[in-house]
Amino acid sequence: MRRAYFKFSWVAMALLAPQLLIIFVFFYWPSAQAVYWAFTLEQPWGGGNTWVGFENFRNVLSDPYYWASVRVSVIYALGTTALAMVMAMTLAVFVDRQLAGYKAYRVALIWPYAIAAPAVGLAFRFVFNPNAGILSYVNTVAPGLWDPTQSAAQAVLTVVIAGAWKQVAYSFIFFLAALQSIPRSLTEAAAMDGARPLRRIWDLQLPLLTPTIFFLLVINITDSFTDSFGIVDTLTGGGPFRATDLMVYKIYADGFRGFDYSGAAAQSIILMLLVMALTFVQFRYVERRVHYT
Amino acid sequence: MAEINIRKVGKTYGKTTIMDGVSLDIHNGEFVVILGPSGCGKSTLLRMIAGLEEITSGDIAIGGKVVNALEPRERGCAMVFQNYALYPHMSVAENIGYALKVSGMPKAERLAKIEVTAKSVGLTEFLDRKPGQLSGGQRQRVAMARAIIREPKVFLFDEPLSNLDAKLRVQMRHEIRRIHNTVGATSVFVTHDQHEGMTLADRLVIMNKGTIEQIGTPEEIYDRPASIYVAGFIGSPAMNFLPGRIGPDQNRVVLDDGQSLDLSGAARAGAGQLVQIGLRPEKLTFAPAERAMLKARFDFAEELGSGRVYHLKLEDIPLSLTSPEKRPMIEGEVVGLTFAPDAVHIFDGTSGLRLATTRQTAQVSAMA
Repeated sequence: MRRAYFKFSWVAMALLAPQLLIIFVFFYWPSAQAVYWAFTLEQPWGGGNTWVGFENFRNVLSDPYYWASVRVSVIYALGTTALAMVMAMTLAVFVDRQLAGYKAYRVALIWPYAIAAPAVGLAFRFVFNPNAGILSYVNTVAPGLWDPTQSAAQAVLTVVIAGAWKQVAYSFIFFLAALQSIPRSLTEAAAMDGARPLRRIWDLQLPLLTPTIFFLLVINITDSFTDSFGIVDTLTGGGPFRATDLMVYKIYADGFRGFDYSGAAAQSIILMLLVMALTFVQFRYVERRVHYT
Repeated sequence: MAEINIRKVGKTYGKTTIMDGVSLDIHNGEFVVILGPSGCGKSTLLRMIAGLEEITSGDIAIGGKVVNALEPRERGCAMVFQNYALYPHMSVAENIGYALKVSGMPKAERLAKIEVTAKSVGLTEFLDRKPGQLSGGQRQRVAMARAIIREPKVFLFDEPLSNLDAKLRVQMRHEIRRIHNTVGATSVFVTHDQHEGMTLADRLVIMNKGTIEQIGTPEEIYDRPASIYVAGFIGSPAMNFLPGRIGPDQNRVVLDDGQSLDLSGAARAGAGQLVQIGLRPEKLTFAPAERAMLKARFDFAEELGSGRVYHLKLEDIPLSLTSPEKRPMIEGEVVGLTFAPDAVHIFDGTSGLRLATTRQTAQVSAMA
């Protein structure tokens, strides 16, 4: 790969400075602070702290609630990613085959991505409300069958669906772009070879989409680990009885409701390392298998 | 049994008509080349035979069966695409054998067939490679093998050689013809390259603006082009056209610059009719002034190695002449030209259609 080298210049520095300042203030500084807090015992209302080494991490990792949170986070990440990507792929295949007015579809289908997570959560709170939502009809037939405020499994399901709904748009755009970059003659050649549309999707389009699928896998999993707070907070508040207490939400709850800054900081560090490791593993080992040329 | 009958086929996109009432009968085992400039509808016609493009009006029948509503896979055609359209994620062997895999042929049988087919196009040592690791010519062979292995009734070629360099193109041209002869399927080949058309075809179909201008053997098309369009399209360098008018006695044509040509009994046309006289550059020869049928001024010459293309001017009308002879000439020099009487093509000056000469009418009726 070619690289360009530039000489040091004050103009360049001046142009870079605002962006660097923002990254420093909103990322490096808080991150450094979190690392520091993770190794100290911080007092809730300020006024000094004590260096405790790995004590915070030991506490977090020996906490069964923490492991429950990890478990539900993994379920949430895999669930939303799978659901969002299957939905996005299906929609993209439809739009790709029927291109009339696709620009309108495209805009309509990207909108959900622009909706803030808390708004999504709030909307789904109405949708899944056991007394007034769509599924309340289930309760008129079998009273009490649907109630995400009581059933842990149903609560997890609602968060997964809401999270997936929010992520569909993003994946859809990428899938559609990738599908449209597959030369038409390739599909036609397969049609001449006797493959029906579903067979063509399976034998041709899906394999050719693997780079896109991989990319979206990384983005979606990472997103669902770090970006689920808004949905959980408005939809279930982590309940019932911590059933939807995702890692990100637990950090917030422990830190700002339980005033355990040090424990929350330790969890943040663990989450950060987890996401970094995940991305590294995926890029290092999975990406290799998806290139053709 | 795979003759192709195209009856009054038309194609419109919305309100734009791109093909209008095209009829063509292709015999079983024949090699037909559809030739025309880009945008003339030749690829569309091919894709309509393949089933990749819908037919707006008319019928297409393959082997006596109307296929208008059939899917591509039900028509028994194999197609070689311009950009080869190889599956990039599959090996050469998988590419060649994909149709068989789809049809559900057992693996052992399939592999044996892939082996045989690959051997016939010289791809044996490349079976494990991906298309991305092959050269243009090799990719072309994979595309051919993929078509051959299905043992189709009809081969369709959509400008398959246009991405190759000149030398390889000639080589692949021979190979395509060889394969056609051994397989014995009906072949339809679309191209804009007249050399490919002339050398490959049993019969040539010349298309222009969505209609067929002429159908005939390469020889017929070269010797008796049906219109100015065909005459100008086939032949290199292109045919010379001299505008003129039939003389009062109908045996002479008076050219615009005042010279007159003796075409004794040549044209079945009324006196005073506007005509275009067509003369192929390779049928013109230099002649001493007393035997000259035409006089023109020398402009410049192009060296071909084997001969030269002499560019002349008749007033403002450019005229070219090819000859193996290498004459020293100076610009502006007046030269005499002559040609055999049967080398003259006469076209109607307004419609552009060929006016049959008496001699040629006789030939045509003798053939019929």
